[in-house]
Amino acid sequence: MTPLRVQSLAKTFTMHLRDGVVLPVVDNVDFEVNEGECVVLGGPSGAGKSSILKMVYGNYGVDAGHIWLTHDGVDIDLATADPRLVLTLRRDTIAYVSQFLRTVPRVSALDVVAEPLVIRGADKAEAQDRARTLLAQLNLPERLWSLPPATFSGGEQQRVNIARGFITDHKVLLLDEPTASLDATNRAVVVAMIAEKKAAGTALLGIFHDEDVRSQVADRIVDVTAFAPRIAA
Amino acid sequence: MSATPSYNFAYLDEQTKRMIRRAILKAIAIPGYQVPFASREMPMPYGWGTGGVQVTAAIVGPDDVLKVIDQGADDTTNAVSIRAFFAKVANVKTTTHTADATIIQTRHRIPEKALSAGQTLVYQVPIPEPLRMLEPRETETRTMHALKEYGLMHVKLYEDIATHGRIATTYGYPVMVEDRYVMSPSPTPKFDNPKMHMSAALQLFGAGREMRIYAVPPFTKVVSLDFEDHPFTIQHFTEPCALCAATGVYLDEVILDDHGGHMFVCSDTDNCEDRRAHGHRGALSGEALEAAE
Amino acid sequence: MTDTPLLRVSNLSKYYGARLGCTDVNFELYPGEVLAVVGESGSGKTTLLNCLSTNLAPTSGRAEYRMRDDVWRNIYDLSEAERRFLMRTDWGFVHQNPADGLRMTVSAGANVGERLMAIGDRHYGNIRASAVDWLGRVEINEDRVDDQPRSFSGGMRQRLQIARNLVTSPRLVFMDEPTGGLDVSVQARLLDLLRGLVGELGLAAVIVTHDLAVARLLSHRMMVMKDGRVIESGLTDRVLDDPREPYTQLLVSSILQV
Repeated sequence: MTPLRVQSLAKTFTMHLRDGVVLPVVDNVDFEVNEGECVVLGGPSGAGKSSILKMVYGNYGVDAGHIWLTHDGVDIDLATADPRLVLTLRRDTIAYVSQFLRTVPRVSALDVVAEPLVIRGADKAEAQDRARTLLAQLNLPERLWSLPPATFSGGEQQRVNIARGFITDHKVLLLDEPTASLDATNRAVVVAMIAEKKAAGTALLGIFHDEDVRSQVADRIVDVTAFAPRIAA
Repeated sequence: MSATPSYNFAYLDEQTKRMIRRAILKAIAIPGYQVPFASREMPMPYGWGTGGVQVTAAIVGPDDVLKVIDQGADDTTNAVSIRAFFAKVANVKTTTHTADATIIQTRHRIPEKALSAGQTLVYQVPIPEPLRMLEPRETETRTMHALKEYGLMHVKLYEDIATHGRIATTYGYPVMVEDRYVMSPSPTPKFDNPKMHMSAALQLFGAGREMRIYAVPPFTKVVSLDFEDHPFTIQHFTEPCALCAATGVYLDEVILDDHGGHMFVCSDTDNCEDRRAHGHRGALSGEALEAAE
Repeated sequence: MTDTPLLRVSNLSKYYGARLGCTDVNFELYPGEVLAVVGESGSGKTTLLNCLSTNLAPTSGRAEYRMRDDVWRNIYDLSEAERRFLMRTDWGFVHQNPADGLRMTVSAGANVGERLMAIGDRHYGNIRASAVDWLGRVEINEDRVDDQPRSFSGGMRQRLQIARNLVTSPRLVFMDEPTGGLDVSVQARLLDLLRGLVGELGLAAVIVTHDLAVARLLSHRMMVMKDGRVIESGLTDRVLDDPREPYTQLLVSSILQV
């Protein structure tokens, strides 16, 4: 089974605050991501790469099309799933490493990372152990682990975010420029972690602007410009 | 019949007495429930027992024998005045002997001598609503009674224990009547609470200013509220009455001089006198002192 | 989350005479689910909350609740006794102003213990132990257990109100602007606390707020109300990141950036 299949997806934004101007984003998006494969969305800025990723995560609504996810052995269309089902899919099947960490007051970096495991019912101590391993792997100084990440630098926050996204064994993992603010050493760590995920059969879909990283992780590049909406004349 | 013909028998007009009797009957039918009634202006200030006086006026008959006590005593201003009032407007016999009385109007005490069938105890009640200090809205307290929501009453007892280490409420101690209504026993000492339980006498409560009448019919269950780990207890006195040597009765402290001298004597003056008439002598009774000299 | 809802609201409307409070509200709430109702003053969100919590009777519509024995009851058909019992056992209500939800002249311990005493707990030691435990869970020091909330700060009062509501392990809690009127730093602490408790206890909650940050942090789903109607609803991050309706877009774009 294919963990993620996107079919005929279309999206426009209607900007009501700007006199209802309609901004077409993408149209007829079609691709799939197989087990153990890393598909990279390619194309210039503004082509709709991030929007596609957000639609696949349910963060953006879609105008038309389907997003098929294999969840518990059943194909479920996230594009039409109700909010509760989307939350279940996020808990068990699809994870997302966003570009920016949305911090929660007073929650330590360690707990931020461990949370996806905890809400799936894992033992808290075990989840924290796993979080420590990941944070150490990503070279986040140990003195930061017990602090809330709100005051961390961009690179530190991003590593917390990556650890949080990678801690579970979700079958589908979405990556939105996870290496953007990382130095070469940590970029290499993330590349290695992606390779591990692929080896474990995870389907990865990502956006990588860094040529070097992209060439190391991508099995296939889907050119988003192919989904550019045909503006009705 | 009346010594002062300008008044109707027992001061109140017959319509008013009927109205009050209806309230009393309803109160007896629903033990512990506060029945509203159209309280009248009485020739005495609120707080002097206008509620009790109206109840007594409504139930007193020419053959009744009336006793009035205030803090257990027959000889205080309030007791003397009310006794004189009924002697004048109803021309009824009065007494200080508990056993001889058919109606006993009381402020703050229940006589020590067990009451018998046929006797009626009329309480003067300043604040009939036991939940008032915790919930000021009358609409809400009425609903709480209607729905038997009495958690709040225990909040008060909880506060007592939290503050004093024990239930420090010593008078007006709330009771549950016949497993249904929480009731204020009026400001009687909690020492008297057990006497209300299964009493052979009819107990009527009148609150004049608050316009409420409630009742505990004879042989009704009256249980003081408490916690499992802080059970209800009554006051205990370490020494007996200084005049009649009675134990197991409620005592008042009387200051004797400016040097800290004091004695504990029976609050129930009739009971004390009765005991002394039967030869009981306390440490500070005249004869005992004489004997000591 | 389980597959049976806790609350089913259908076609709920409330008119104040001819004036519209809220109309045609429909939603289901599942155990463990937090629903935020957002909108500006006068949008009908508070009317809706008051209807749901049975403080107001709706003009029409139903709200069915799955009782602890799994029997569905229309909450507007409950007797007053049943309704009040529900309110102090299986439900909670956190008011914006803690003084509305607390007894200001009784101790913190008694405030928390009241619900236990109301359902028949008659052991002082146990009640007090529960109160102390709950004060700890809302980060109020044990040595304040005998103090009256009058001596508490706004944030502490709000935390005490929460403890008072949660002591009977309710399954559904209504909150009306729970962080309104608090300093930002106090708000953050309260939000974090609420977020933890809701997750830990698996509470279902309906939170009325005009603060979209509160909605984002606490809720799974949200409904946007305007002029008495639900104009947009969905997954919280979907509504906030991809708002569809003109009013929702205005609301989201009006958030001040720090």
